[in-house]
Amino acid sequence: MIRALVALVRRDLLLAARVGGSGALSLVFFLMIVSIVPFALGPDLNLLSRIGPSILWLAAVLATLIGLDRLFQADEEDGSLDLMTGAPVQMEAVVLAKVLAHWLTTGLPLALASPLFGLLVALDGTTMAATALTLLVGTPALTFVGAVGAALTASIRRGGLILAVVVLPLMIPTLIFGVSASQAASGGTVPFATPLVILSALSLIAAVIGTLAAAAALRWSE
Amino acid sequence: MRLTASHLAARRSGRRIFSDLSFTLVPGEALMVTGRNGAGKSTLLSLLAGRLKPDAGTITVEDVGEATLPECLHVVGHRDGLKSPLTAEENLVFARDLLGAPTLSPRAALEELGLGHALKLPVAYLSAGQRRRVALARLLVCRRPLWLLDEPTAALDTASQAVLAHLMTQHLSEDGLVIAATHQSLGLEGTRELNIGEAAAPRAATSPLTASAPEVWW
Repeated sequence: MIRALVALVRRDLLLAARVGGSGALSLVFFLMIVSIVPFALGPDLNLLSRIGPSILWLAAVLATLIGLDRLFQADEEDGSLDLMTGAPVQMEAVVLAKVLAHWLTTGLPLALASPLFGLLVALDGTTMAATALTLLVGTPALTFVGAVGAALTASIRRGGLILAVVVLPLMIPTLIFGVSASQAASGGTVPFATPLVILSALSLIAAVIGTLAAAAALRWSE
Repeated sequence: MRLTASHLAARRSGRRIFSDLSFTLVPGEALMVTGRNGAGKSTLLSLLAGRLKPDAGTITVEDVGEATLPECLHVVGHRDGLKSPLTAEENLVFARDLLGAPTLSPRAALEELGLGHALKLPVAYLSAGQRRRVALARLLVCRRPLWLLDEPTAALDTASQAVLAHLMTQHLSEDGLVIAATHQSLGLEGTRELNIGEAAAPRAATSPLTASAPEVWW
């Protein structure tokens, strides 16, 4: 079983590296949103650094949506999903492996690059580190929630927009606690740990519910 | 293994495709599923592969231990399950690791099908017939008793069809089972034939069943 899951993760990472596609694209999209906001708000550094964590988190939520629609759709179209149905592993395990590979190519680079992008919105060192940490902890929740939508829209052509409409409301709790944790780091009445722990809990809950729901959606899709 | 299907019925988009379809397959036996276009050949294979649920009837397997039916079979169909950016070898290594019970190496399997030179080529560069042969090579990289083949000879040249017939004969002699949906003769001896159009009269064509089954239109 472990062998099958390792094979799945390795194939998806290989595909991501070979095609280039969604991983790099969502990172570029992330950069675009973060760099476009100062143009809209004007060169007020105080304002930017105050709302900087919110901008980074909002950009992360939107960037997560890029490439999510192809997570299961590509496998559904070329018949790879039939292959996975016949594998001696549960569909839940297949989903878990695929989501993990997807997060490694989209969520993780996003979190790692966020300190750099924090410079664009005039964040100080502490807030920059805190935002990167919250993104590292919070992006798995975004990916797992998104996976449910991706599984639901796997057999729909041009399901990307429906996907966004379905999953964005479900990402709101993660967004709220992600932003409040990042802002707590730069001062305020709430200690940094409290929202961060809730954010971690959200990620864990999303991992369980998201995996089960996405597997159910894939089984039920026909 | 021994496969028994009894009184199977399938419905797609509210339309009854076939019903009351029964057959038994014992080791070393091949079943050719024939029928006009749209008779439900691919649907029958999807039912067996576990991608669709039967509307009625049961499918049972014996002598396979704890494994479920989808874990005992190989599917090669129109959608070949190959990733274009990956090489033929990478595709086969993935299939072998995912499905388990490895037998031949990807190189040996491809050479068996006369595609040894394509080992390191991305599948995107291969022709339709070559892609089909890479998909067929999956049958050889891991051992599974039941082969479900949907139009296996489509896009294959005559030499490759002969190779496929040879592989199927070999598989049957090792107590394997083959179910193939096809319009052409597969070159196998002693195959049984299941004609879906005759086995289950396509009642939908004469009396639309949609009116009696409005609940499925969601």
